[in-house]
Amino acid sequence: MTFIYPVDSNKAHPLPLSPDYKSSIKRAPNKPLIPMRHTLSELTGPVYGHETVREGDNDLTTQHTGEPIGERIIVHGHVRDEDGRGVPNSLVEIWQANSCGRYVHVRDQHPAPLDPNFTGAGRTVSDAAGYYRFVTIKPGAYPWGNHHNAWRPAHIHLSVFGHSFVTRLVTQMYFPADPLFPFDPIFNSVPDEKARARMVSSFDLENTQPEWALCYRFDIVLRGKNATPMENH
Amino acid sequence: MQDSVKPNGITPSQTVGPFFKYGLTPTGEYAWNDAFTNSTLTPDVTGDRVRIEGRVFDGDGVVVPDCMLEIWQADAQGRFADPQDKRALPNASFRGFARCGTDKDGNYSFDTIKPGVVPDPDGKPQAPHILLAVFGRGMLRHLYTRIYFSDEAGNAADPVLALVPAERRATLTAVREAGKPVYRLDLRLQGDDETVFFDV
Repeated sequence: MTFIYPVDSNKAHPLPLSPDYKSSIKRAPNKPLIPMRHTLSELTGPVYGHETVREGDNDLTTQHTGEPIGERIIVHGHVRDEDGRGVPNSLVEIWQANSCGRYVHVRDQHPAPLDPNFTGAGRTVSDAAGYYRFVTIKPGAYPWGNHHNAWRPAHIHLSVFGHSFVTRLVTQMYFPADPLFPFDPIFNSVPDEKARARMVSSFDLENTQPEWALCYRFDIVLRGKNATPMENH
Repeated sequence: MQDSVKPNGITPSQTVGPFFKYGLTPTGEYAWNDAFTNSTLTPDVTGDRVRIEGRVFDGDGVVVPDCMLEIWQADAQGRFADPQDKRALPNASFRGFARCGTDKDGNYSFDTIKPGVVPDPDGKPQAPHILLAVFGRGMLRHLYTRIYFSDEAGNAADPVLALVPAERRATLTAVREAGKPVYRLDLRLQGDDETVFFDV
């Protein structure tokens, strides 16, 4: 399979400068990005498989002696390309706050408790069909200093590789119908409403495990189209 | 399951945020292991070993202590560790990828080899270069740039450098320190000496 990566697909992303998100003001380039053709350097990318991931790295609830506090959840879905094909053997890394909205990071100042049984980091590799699955704790919302009474909607950070270095994606997965969406400048930095909806997981009753854990589905769509599409439709 | 679903677009990017270190670059400071280090070196790698180092600055010239940088490059023969590169890769265990978080003073460094020559889409040689992706708090999507080497004659004919105004090419060129296999390149996210970023 040979892939192409139309630059137009990038219109789904936020613009670098999004003034409501204050940290972007001094960290966004002023000068326009320089367009260029993709060379072999851009069209190839790192290949990391199961050797990168240890048994159990996709279960964030079993990394310590006890169980973490909070609402146990399953997060699963497919890594796909723009044609809808599964992206196999793609490394998926996640990190998140605990159920109280506190990160284990030393610089997180939010006065909510740390959980000795929760680090909040995990990784897995998508299977041959592009499918991935994590077990974790539903993260809490937390305040941040962007503006008065600013709160981030609950989210899980994701990092995904895909077929080439230009498919590299770091994003955040949100939960359905979060009341904080209208007030979050990071969520709303994505200009298109349909594109914002692609960052929101859906509740998955079918795969919710009775007496155990709620399930959320989140498909991750990376850049990349078949370079030789079928013409006979 | 749902294999026939055609997406209506890609998943948008969101910032890596300020608190990625324990998940992506823990380097022994958290109860999590590193998937990657800041070195591409493997015991069997051939080619000139080099260190690339520098600092990252924001639009006020203030150091950025919470950036994550990733590099992707060919081996010394100009071949990629990816089956999509149909040419054989002589350095069997070389991957060509590394990751580094900046420290409190905005410093980064990579230990790697100088890559070989990679052709452009017309088969024209590109000067040795490394792809660099820059992630950080305040950056809603990562930025792509390239690292070239100050002591490469091929820079003058490089088809990608030719797209860059001459006065800005220095922002892509790591400068070799006298007598050492060390190159320095500072990154400036914004401002008069802003690093050139590419729309790829």
